[in-house]
Amino acid sequence: MTLLTILFDGVAYGMLLFVLACGLAVTLGLMNFVNLAHGAFAMTGGYVCAVLVNRSGLPFFAALPIAFLVSAAVGALLERTLYRHLYARSHLDQVLFTIGLVFMSVTATDYFMGSSQTFIKLPDYLQGQIDIFGLGVGRYRLMIIVICGLLTIALQMILSKTRFGSRLRAAVDDPRAASGLGINVPQVFALTFAFGCGLAGMGGALGAEILGLDPYFPLKFMIYFLIVVTVGGSSSITGPFLASLLLGIGDVAGKYYVPKLGAFVIYTMMIVILIWRPNGLFGRTNAR
Amino acid sequence: MTVSETLRSQVGTFAVARGRWHWPEAVFWGLAVACVFLFPNRYLILTEIAWLALFALSLDLILGYAGIVSLGHAAFFGFGGYAAGLLALHHIVDEPVLALIVAGLAAMALGFVTSFLVMRGSDLTRLMVTLGIALLLRELANRFSNITGGSDGLQGIEMAPILGTWSFDIFGKVGFIYCLCVLFVLFLLARRIVHSPFGLSLRAIRNNPLRASAIGIPVNRRLIAIYTIAAFFAGVAGALSTQTTALASLDGFAFDRSADLMLVLIIGGTGYLYGGLIGAVIFKLLQELFSTLTPQYWQFWIGLVLVVIVLIGRERMHRWALYLPNLVMRRFGAKAPIVLPEGDAT
Amino acid sequence: MSIRTRMMWQAAAGVALLGGFALTAAQAQESVKIGLIVPMTGGQASTGQQINNAIKLYMQKNGDTVAGKKIEIILKDDAALPDNTKRLAQELIVNDKVNVIAGFGVTPAALAAAPLATQAKIPEVVMAAGTSIITERSPYIVRTSFTLAQSSTIIGDWAAKNGIKKVATLTSDYAPGNDALNFFKEHFTAGGGQIVEEVKVPLANPDFAPFLQRMKDSKPDAVFVFVPAGQGGNFMKQYAERGLDKSGIKVIGPGDVMDDDLLNNMGDAALGAVTAHLYSAAHPSAMNKEFVASYKKAFGSRPGFMAVSGYDGIHLIYEAIKKSGGKVDGDSLIAAMKGMAWESPRGPISIDPETRDIVQNIYIREVKKVDGELYNIEFATFENVKDPGKTKK
Repeated sequence: MTLLTILFDGVAYGMLLFVLACGLAVTLGLMNFVNLAHGAFAMTGGYVCAVLVNRSGLPFFAALPIAFLVSAAVGALLERTLYRHLYARSHLDQVLFTIGLVFMSVTATDYFMGSSQTFIKLPDYLQGQIDIFGLGVGRYRLMIIVICGLLTIALQMILSKTRFGSRLRAAVDDPRAASGLGINVPQVFALTFAFGCGLAGMGGALGAEILGLDPYFPLKFMIYFLIVVTVGGSSSITGPFLASLLLGIGDVAGKYYVPKLGAFVIYTMMIVILIWRPNGLFGRTNAR
Repeated sequence: MTVSETLRSQVGTFAVARGRWHWPEAVFWGLAVACVFLFPNRYLILTEIAWLALFALSLDLILGYAGIVSLGHAAFFGFGGYAAGLLALHHIVDEPVLALIVAGLAAMALGFVTSFLVMRGSDLTRLMVTLGIALLLRELANRFSNITGGSDGLQGIEMAPILGTWSFDIFGKVGFIYCLCVLFVLFLLARRIVHSPFGLSLRAIRNNPLRASAIGIPVNRRLIAIYTIAAFFAGVAGALSTQTTALASLDGFAFDRSADLMLVLIIGGTGYLYGGLIGAVIFKLLQELFSTLTPQYWQFWIGLVLVVIVLIGRERMHRWALYLPNLVMRRFGAKAPIVLPEGDAT
Repeated sequence: MSIRTRMMWQAAAGVALLGGFALTAAQAQESVKIGLIVPMTGGQASTGQQINNAIKLYMQKNGDTVAGKKIEIILKDDAALPDNTKRLAQELIVNDKVNVIAGFGVTPAALAAAPLATQAKIPEVVMAAGTSIITERSPYIVRTSFTLAQSSTIIGDWAAKNGIKKVATLTSDYAPGNDALNFFKEHFTAGGGQIVEEVKVPLANPDFAPFLQRMKDSKPDAVFVFVPAGQGGNFMKQYAERGLDKSGIKVIGPGDVMDDDLLNNMGDAALGAVTAHLYSAAHPSAMNKEFVASYKKAFGSRPGFMAVSGYDGIHLIYEAIKKSGGKVDGDSLIAAMKGMAWESPRGPISIDPETRDIVQNIYIREVKKVDGELYNIEFATFENVKDPGKTKK
């Protein structure tokens, strides 16, 4: 019974990590851009949701899509004005630039929202546990699994089945050939980037309850996002997805069964996996 | 036979020319020494700049010269710092210079052991493996709090006088001169290394590992060697920080320290040794300036500066910074100056 | 050629270095200077900001002149890194010639500055850090915050006497967490209680789920919690999510977890938690009501215990200057501070003349809803508690 609870918690945690990190997987793996400011978009979503729910009294489920849209819009704006100039630059320039953005977002949030933790007021029906065949299941975590699961399926469908998906894959494989075929590569990238930011924003809103939300969110969780993407390999969506689940379950189970080693679990897992498979679990052999 | 000999002599001349001392370098070090007399009030921050510069120099050795990216260089910094702290605290090695070397060697050993883990994979993999190692060490230091003092840090370190003669004072003068000397000596060492055939082979590896191994350079062994050497430098930097502040804390291993270091080096520019030193000066000065102006929101302005630097482009900035000196140089009949080549690993 | 330009770049940087320092050179002035070193950025930022706010508030109310001296605060951000703290303290003492250094968000920061206080004979007023040993490190250290032992031992005694038999503990794995755990354990087991489960949580820990599950499985009467400021809210939310509140497991602990700063946003999950602490925003005194109201008005949030510690810290400095008749050398100030007693928003407090540590009432409080807001309502008082970490010796 306990095993099932642990498994459930781990899956929920992993799913959350995935939604937060998959935008990063896209920018890093597909567009070859190191966006360390990814967490800032997650934070934006979280705070948008918090303000809407706590101050304007909007229902939680109405605020979630708005968090997505606002983060996506901010992402699109920054992509058009700043990011696109940097696609061709060296990784070191990209690191410098995005860290700069993180510093600015952290301080700006501190200035406007204060440095204390912010919580999103949840409706009653999302609090507490429900019993399913004697198994205590957290309602909130159940919701996370459902939402994130649906998102993942949708994402996979978009990538593999739609016209946009095939354009994106073409643009990534060979931008020059793709634009020769009449694909508007910058536009495809912009849309993808914005979508990734939107997902992060939604993840931030969903995760506030479990991970907390304060101005230092982008710095605190940058490491976790990077771990997911590196371990999963950044050439597909499936890789990071499975890696998130693995890390989520591994982390939760490790902390439950050997709490003394709690802090070591996730880092050790990462190092071992990366030494075993340097390009990530599901990476292409010659990943960039 | 003759061809290869001419070639060899040409390469040799080129390498020697690069390795020769130039007067602006003397100006740089002259100014550094001048700081001892010019800013008697600011020894402490100067000291920080000195060990940060050494730390950045260490990262430059692996990033700028060998192309190994690391986001966990603080592992060696923290390790060296704790080593120096423990040596002094338990009176194992009281003399600071000797302790410094021992601490550096300890970090070097760690560097050698972990170097095998960073030989494989892409840049991203290396970033994460190094980061993971640093974070693991931090957790270990926290776990063994009976040795390391846990999150309280090592307390009660008392430093013996340097070489039995000069003791550390409250104004930090001795500390600064000490750091500057160590920095200079290790800089000479680094300079010697990168201009040696060994250093040249590293550049070959950075530019194209495959080709380098094709012409007979033992790639992995060279990388392990430079990684180990860099660990020594970082360990000494950490030890200097511990010795001058009489503190060693878990923050030595922190992710922020590695990340800041990366910023320092990128600002200064990689692959020409002075990048780390200049980056350290600029970064610390900016930090000091902004945090004096606005203690709560200085990070915003640092962030803005970083963004602007990238948007303008570092090369262009370097050109601007050189505009005036170049003008002066032309006055004195120097040939037309050209842009600064960036040795960035991408 | 390229080498030459590169060298020029070096020379240019050197010149910039010289210029940079010339700008930030400090000047001496005739006034009492207080160097306030607190974390204003980083994970501990809210501590520093509360202290800074409270000091501003105090100076607004009481003016910036005492005994004919103008008080000047020099605020520095150390981001809770001890090497920063030490450098800043040293620069404040040497360059700015401050008369008092104050603040110190975390224990290592306070300890790092201790030798400087001794060497320069300058009072160090600790307004936040809570480890017992701090005041023993220098005869010039005075503390206006609290020690962890004060609240942890008392909640241990209280729990043992009030029908709590089995306790599971969840504490953050760092020095303050271990302190809280050990003091609690000692007093609770001495009172006949039993620890059924002991979990140490990594400091950087996003998800409490697995640890809470362990708590639940061990079926205790109560969970003893100590996590750093900020994580308390997440803990309480996940505690309720896992249904621990429904299974009748109480939350007890030192009051840090239920900081007033965050309490109201935690939601009903926090209801019923019993903690021992020095301050509650609901403390029923006229002085506190006035303090809370003016703090809220000025900064838009409720003051937490860090704010009160800062408020009392600056009050202590003011009073010491008054008492010493405007003499601001370290020895006169410390002598004036020793044994000083006054009424604070948290209740009556005093400075122990022997240890220079704070003596204060510790209140047992329960989280209740008052006028639609959550408050820690005090229901039992342990009067004039000295630091048990020292009296033990």
